[in-house]
Amino acid sequence: MIWLNQIIQGVLLGGYYALIACGLSFMFGVMRIINLAHGDLAVLAAFLVWAIVDRSGMSPFLALAIVLPVMGALGWLLQRAMLERSLRAGVLVPLLTTFGLGIVIQNLLFEQFGADTRSLAPAIGDLAFDSWSIGSQIYVGHLAGLIFMVAVALLGGLQLLLARTPLGRAIRATAEDPDTAELVGIDARSVYAAAAAIAVMTVAIAGTFLGMRAAFAPYAGPAQLIFAFEAVVIGGLGSMWGTLLGGIVLGVAQNLGAQIAPNGFLIAGHTVFLVVLGGRLLRQRMRRAS
Amino acid sequence: MNGRAGMSIERWTPLSVAAMGAVAVLAAALALGPLFLGAYAVDRLTTLFIYVLLASMWNALAGYGGLVSVGQQAFFGLGAYAAIRLSSFGVPVYAALVLGGMLAGAAAYAVSGFALRLRGGEFAIGMWVLAELFHLLVNLDRLIQGETGTSLIALNAFAPGNRRDYNYWLALASMAGLLALMFTLLRGRLGSSVQAIRDSEEAAASLGVRVLAAKRIVYVIAGAGCGLAGTLYLATSISFQPATYFGVQWTAYMIFMVLVGGLGTFEGPIIGAIVFFIIENLFGASGIWYLVGLGATAVVFALYLPRGLWGTVEEKFGIRLLPVGYRVAQRP
Repeated sequence: MIWLNQIIQGVLLGGYYALIACGLSFMFGVMRIINLAHGDLAVLAAFLVWAIVDRSGMSPFLALAIVLPVMGALGWLLQRAMLERSLRAGVLVPLLTTFGLGIVIQNLLFEQFGADTRSLAPAIGDLAFDSWSIGSQIYVGHLAGLIFMVAVALLGGLQLLLARTPLGRAIRATAEDPDTAELVGIDARSVYAAAAAIAVMTVAIAGTFLGMRAAFAPYAGPAQLIFAFEAVVIGGLGSMWGTLLGGIVLGVAQNLGAQIAPNGFLIAGHTVFLVVLGGRLLRQRMRRAS
Repeated sequence: MNGRAGMSIERWTPLSVAAMGAVAVLAAALALGPLFLGAYAVDRLTTLFIYVLLASMWNALAGYGGLVSVGQQAFFGLGAYAAIRLSSFGVPVYAALVLGGMLAGAAAYAVSGFALRLRGGEFAIGMWVLAELFHLLVNLDRLIQGETGTSLIALNAFAPGNRRDYNYWLALASMAGLLALMFTLLRGRLGSSVQAIRDSEEAAASLGVRVLAAKRIVYVIAGAGCGLAGTLYLATSISFQPATYFGVQWTAYMIFMVLVGGLGTFEGPIIGAIVFFIIENLFGASGIWYLVGLGATAVVFALYLPRGLWGTVEEKFGIRLLPVGYRVAQRP
């Protein structure tokens, strides 16, 4: 029963990982950029929501509605001012600039908010601890369930956006080949900027839920980036539903690891990531050899 | 050369011959440093040597091999940990420091088959995950006592003054040795191979470059170099806290030094390390803004001065002090 519970909690945790990972996956799919400041942007969003809630006492969900367009604008600006130029300079430069940006965000947050850990949990009342019980020993938290549903909705929404809307078509065309897309009248620069804005808005949603489900601090970003990246890679880069599966595999592995040993949570997560990645590389090699 | 009249391919210029001479004189002078320098200067120079070593190793990976790693702290921490472990088994402490660096290189070899098959961003974060995993595994060792850490107690057998001088010499020898090794390798076949790989892996492979083997050599040397830097840092600070040694800030410093000095130039990282060293001494005490400044500077250099300080000078004046490449010159 303990094990079943750990698996269920792991699946729910996987929902959070999918949520934080979908922006990373989206950006990689469209621009071929792995944004190393991804986690720091999530933490930035969490702090913005926290600051609004702290000053006004409004619900974090309402605060998120304010922060969402701000983060979208930030994503747009990020693309125009930094990533666009980085992409032109070569494949490695976006890694360097986004890493530098991450350092700047972390330390500015530290400067502004100090080292204290914060949480949005006190601001959401019962939602933070209420749960449904299944049988006598398994409890599913309302918040964890909500996060999972938001993740599924967001991934589904992004999938629909890409598959069905004019913007989605433009994004797919630009991702395939920006020069050819320009030939048929698509403004690749605007499409990239729109994609970056969407990606960073999903990061804002993830950051807000990070703040509700746990405590966060200025230097919490890199850990979120690593979890997001692990979920994306386990699920297969650039695939939306793969990201959900990847998040679930990661969450389940971590929870089972934690059940085995106190520090097994992180070790099991990283190990599963490396094993999946290693297995994939090995299969590629065998396919090439045959 | 039988190419176009009036052109020749050259490597050494009178300037670069003079520069090599100056480097030899400087190395000799530095080797005698502890005889005439004060304790503070010896300590600070030891730190500078560690920075030069780190910057050059990261540059060898990224600037020549096209491998951007944000996880080189894996080897920095592993080297220091290995030195502590070896010392606890009774290995003489300075031998343990050198061997610790070598073991970090061995670890790099062990993971290279996996890591080097990752591309671009996958490699970057894959290395970061490896660093996190090594950190967690090192914490499992009872000797380390989790994040509390431990100390390299065996160093207490040496008087502080002697210890300072030995650390200085070890750091100088490590830096000079690895720089000389990289210089020699980059001038030979390996230099052409890895730079061809950096520019296009497929094209390099089609010309018969053994891609994995070439990358592996650079990767293992960089692992050993970062490992040695870790053991040297341990020798100067004595205490070992896993979170400090496996912290991603080491990679941030390396990226800063290399971008400012000049990615993909041999001299650049040395200049970048000196710049970083000066900035740290001037502004290190101002804490957070100093770190914000480092990150912002790295971004600005990557975007607007991608060849860094030295690369820009090189381009503008056409000088090569320590030539690893060739150039076309007008024959007089």
